[in-house]
Amino acid sequence: MLQLRGITKSYGGRRVLDDVSFDVRPGRLTGFVGGNGAGKTTTMRIVLGVLADDGGSVTLDGAEVTAAERRRFGYMPEERGLYPKMKVLEQIVYLARLHGYSKSEATARGRALLEQLGLGERLDDNVETLSLGNQQRAQIAAALVHEPQVLILDEPFSGLDPLAVDVVAGVLQERAARGAAVLFSSHQLDVVERLCDELVIIAGGEIRAAGSRDALRAEHSTRRYELISASDAGWLRDEPGVEVLDFDGGYALFETDGDETAQRVLRRAVAQGDVASFAPQHPTLAQIFKEVIQ
Amino acid sequence: MTPSDTTPSSRRGLHSGAPSAPTTAQSIWLVAEREIGSKLRSKAFVISTVILFLGALALVIWGGISAGNNTGTPVAVTSDAAQYVPEGSNLDVTDVADRAEAEQLVTDGEVDAAIVADPSSPVGFSVLAESDAPTQLLLTLAQVPPVELLDPDPTNEALRYLVAIGFGVVFLLAASLFGGTIAQSVVEEKQTRVVELLISAIPTRALLAGKVVGNTILAMGQILVLAAVAIIGLTVTGQGEILQGLGAPIAWFAVFFFFGFILLASLFAAAAAMVSRQEDIGSTTTPLTMLVMAPYFLVIFFNDNPTVLAIMSYVPFSAPVGMPMRLYLGEAQWWEPILSLAILIATCIAAILIGAKIYENSLLRMGARVKLREALRG
Repeated sequence: MLQLRGITKSYGGRRVLDDVSFDVRPGRLTGFVGGNGAGKTTTMRIVLGVLADDGGSVTLDGAEVTAAERRRFGYMPEERGLYPKMKVLEQIVYLARLHGYSKSEATARGRALLEQLGLGERLDDNVETLSLGNQQRAQIAAALVHEPQVLILDEPFSGLDPLAVDVVAGVLQERAARGAAVLFSSHQLDVVERLCDELVIIAGGEIRAAGSRDALRAEHSTRRYELISASDAGWLRDEPGVEVLDFDGGYALFETDGDETAQRVLRRAVAQGDVASFAPQHPTLAQIFKEVIQ
Repeated sequence: MTPSDTTPSSRRGLHSGAPSAPTTAQSIWLVAEREIGSKLRSKAFVISTVILFLGALALVIWGGISAGNNTGTPVAVTSDAAQYVPEGSNLDVTDVADRAEAEQLVTDGEVDAAIVADPSSPVGFSVLAESDAPTQLLLTLAQVPPVELLDPDPTNEALRYLVAIGFGVVFLLAASLFGGTIAQSVVEEKQTRVVELLISAIPTRALLAGKVVGNTILAMGQILVLAAVAIIGLTVTGQGEILQGLGAPIAWFAVFFFFGFILLASLFAAAAAMVSRQEDIGSTTTPLTMLVMAPYFLVIFFNDNPTVLAIMSYVPFSAPVGMPMRLYLGEAQWWEPILSLAILIATCIAAILIGAKIYENSLLRMGARVKLREALRG
């Protein structure tokens, strides 16, 4: 498990990271969410050792992360770019060989990975001739080719079409299933919500929330329900323990003071007429995000 | 998290197929190999190299043609010495009345030499020449006469100038071409952030060493091919005598160039690491470009000034041009190139150490140009 503890970083007196602590567990996808300038990239660069922290520690399985450990990290930097005039496959093979694979093994791995990412037709094209989306896939291949045990990806989904998002998401999930710890940042909250097992929310250089997605949802869930019924739901207004938030004929959005009240409301609604839908309202990640960063 | 999850063995177990790290030598060679490969595939590089070789070849062939046009060695012959000129010889004979007139023509450069009767000579005649005896003439004559030099000068002026330009140009071209290449390659990696991927795989010093090794191999390769073109070309076109006395200086030049190039390459890499964009390369490499150009201009303007040449031959940045030049002129003692080489190698080691420090400290600092003081301090 990768652990960050009390990481601080200042640029010219301005504190950009303040006591940043969270965990990235093996076998899980951890989403790293925050606004522009919240400190995501700075945090990732510190984990990778390409930026020095002012304080705090980054440990892997309890031991301080050193250059030797970082060889087993895979990294996708925020600013993309491989060698523009190098062929895609050659480039990935070169990186794999720098990580110690033999030439033949590196070639086999690079080819398989690029094919999996949908670049099978472009292996011998120069990187600069690829579209941005395809360059992005090549960049992901560069981060994955040495079978890293920790993956740090800065915005891996930005600029990808929905199909490509699915391809990349599939590859990341597969890596996590094989035991890698995966941390990725994204502005696409719907993608993060769909993919992630764990969430870390950062704002103003401080971690505002961190934990499993389900726990976070439960923590931020309200006793909010939505009722859609055939008959007018006006009676809800007089029900004790119920506060109606929105109302329109057979539709009502309301909060209750407890599960019992909710069940009572459901029984009465069924007695009043046909009920098309009665559902608790889970907050979306976007809602949680807005709430915690305030 | 249970304690068992934090043992190192559990994490290695996850990826049993993970390879071990390449050795430093393997890393250096991988980087060098990529540098060479990407250069050899660059059209600009291949074309400029071919033009360079063709230029050298053209010079050699042109030299051969103008030498071939020579109808014969012009000589002045006094009437009392005419009997000594062999029949059917390749000589362009001018008849003169006496020795005084012959001397005049030799001094004016109208003829290369004069053949005059000389009772004191065992063969009955002498050859007069200005600064050196025409070999061709001496070979033509049946008997070798004593040679009298009117204006003894150890070296041919034009040839001295050509040799000076030769060493100067080759050093300037190769050092600036490959110095520029290494600087661009460093900034390219920084600008594209490839460097962040590279140094998570291999040590920074291995990356720097690989770049220097790769470009040194290319530069030396180019120089050796150029030397081969010159030597083979001159020999084939019958101008082999130009090479006389140039063998040792050229060999020393190659040795000096090797270390001089490593010195410059390390500094170019370090200077380039201090900026983040190709457009800014000039701001840190210009002083180095000056250092590369200095020996060229110095040797062209001062190749007849022994003091300047002596200083040049010991200053590490100009020694690769200055010392071979002095060796060619015969002005250097046998121990001088060795001492100069020792100074160059010591400087080279210092440059590698300082360059590596600047490189390591600057490589990951994006944005504004890194100040030299910060780069050195880290």
